[in-house]
Amino acid sequence: MNGFPRGKTAITGAATFGIGRNPGLSSMDIAVNASIRALRDAGITPGDVDALYICLPDNFLSGLTFTEYLGIQPKITENNRTGGSAFLTHLQSACLALDAGLCDVALIAYGSNQLSGAGKLVTPSGADPYEGPYRPRLPVSAYALAAARHMHEYGTTPEQLAEVAVSARQWANLNPDAHMQGDLTVDDVLQARRVSTPLGVRDCCLVTDGGAAIVVTRADRAKDHKSKPAYVLGAAAATFHHNISQMPDLTVTAASESGPQAFAQAGVGPKDIDVVELYDAFTINPVLFMEDLGFCAKGEGGAFFENGHTAPGGAQPVNTNGGGLSCVHPGMYGLFTLVEAVQQITGVAGARQVEGAKLALAHGSGGYLSSQVTAILGTEETL
Amino acid sequence: MTEELSGIRPEEEYRAHLAEGRFMLLRSRSSGRCMFYPRVAEPVTGNTDLEWVAASGRGTVYSTTAIGQRPPTPSYNVALIDLEEGPRMMSRVEGLAAEDVQIGMAVKARVADEDGTPIVVFDPA
Repeated sequence: MNGFPRGKTAITGAATFGIGRNPGLSSMDIAVNASIRALRDAGITPGDVDALYICLPDNFLSGLTFTEYLGIQPKITENNRTGGSAFLTHLQSACLALDAGLCDVALIAYGSNQLSGAGKLVTPSGADPYEGPYRPRLPVSAYALAAARHMHEYGTTPEQLAEVAVSARQWANLNPDAHMQGDLTVDDVLQARRVSTPLGVRDCCLVTDGGAAIVVTRADRAKDHKSKPAYVLGAAAATFHHNISQMPDLTVTAASESGPQAFAQAGVGPKDIDVVELYDAFTINPVLFMEDLGFCAKGEGGAFFENGHTAPGGAQPVNTNGGGLSCVHPGMYGLFTLVEAVQQITGVAGARQVEGAKLALAHGSGGYLSSQVTAILGTEETL
Repeated sequence: MTEELSGIRPEEEYRAHLAEGRFMLLRSRSSGRCMFYPRVAEPVTGNTDLEWVAASGRGTVYSTTAIGQRPPTPSYNVALIDLEEGPRMMSRVEGLAAEDVQIGMAVKARVADEDGTPIVVFDPA
């Protein structure tokens, strides 16, 4: 059991909306558009929702605003903020609440107009009094410090980091919704302007608009819904710190706890996973996460991305929508990892579909490699 | 037994020390451990028997980044420094090009003036 109701809940609707540039809409408008799509995907309406989980970049009380906007009256209104991982934290809470019978239909929603609105990352975090005076270019400098340390300890190279971006772009080229498309080579990534060494602009995620939403129900009701269910087999979280200067070891994230815990809940291991959807805010993230989640040994994350191993046609597909690096990054990307995981294991991913995908891992990261949340989803035959 | 909190006003006291040219750390008397940044209680233990002690100023670069600016303005350095007393802090290493700061480099703290505000920076030791 490991404290999680394995397979007792399922995602029965999943959708994105407005990936790229979508002027004239508020973040809430975008979140609602994504939610309507996800609810229709599940074959239900807003009035069926009795548990709401949401976190918007520009509205601390978005749980209240959303209920009013769609005229719903949820029993659970969750506005937990753990940064970009928040939506996987929401999934964990929603599964427990559904299993306990506190609610029947949970909606998890996100939207942001940060590209057409602010034109840059919108974050509620103010300058830290002990870091601010040194003018780190956040968030990128935090990840640059982690990358520099990983290179120092394990010999990870800029070329290996570039391979992460190239793999993401190759997947994006198969995804008509992806914001960035076209050829991208290791050299292109290496030649791009350095923002905060060792990271250049092509090591950094996009700034886009976009929304996402998923619908979660108990497994016994899931078959009444329209879409094929993606069962939640495990969901676990861990947090070690907030600011990068307080991270205990820059080469080990809290995914080293959330990952093994989620695998134990699901009763599967890394070798069983068909598709991996990671929060790739910067190219160092997938390197750290593949190590911490147990797909390779500590220090071998850079090599893991070489030779197209994670790209289309590779042995371990990673970030099959193109990720935050090439598909969409509207400030908080976490929910997009879940939507892509659902689309892959329900077989609706189109040209980027990984043939026969049955088990997916979605992993969210919040803050500066701070909050880490891992979820494992499976088809009916994995129950 | 009455509840004894530390009574520390972390940021205010830290800055007051810096304004007098002193780089000070908070230490728990019972654990003997120093912390950075200063807090009203020690992490994990919750110890509140805290006292300010002078930092030795000796440290080692744990990680480093050079932040690019629009040319011809040169890059500037941001580094994480492991202090001899144990804690880690964000700062910068001065006296060499931002890109030349190396992980593992021994550094020494100095209180510098940043637009009228005293901050701790480091020089190669």
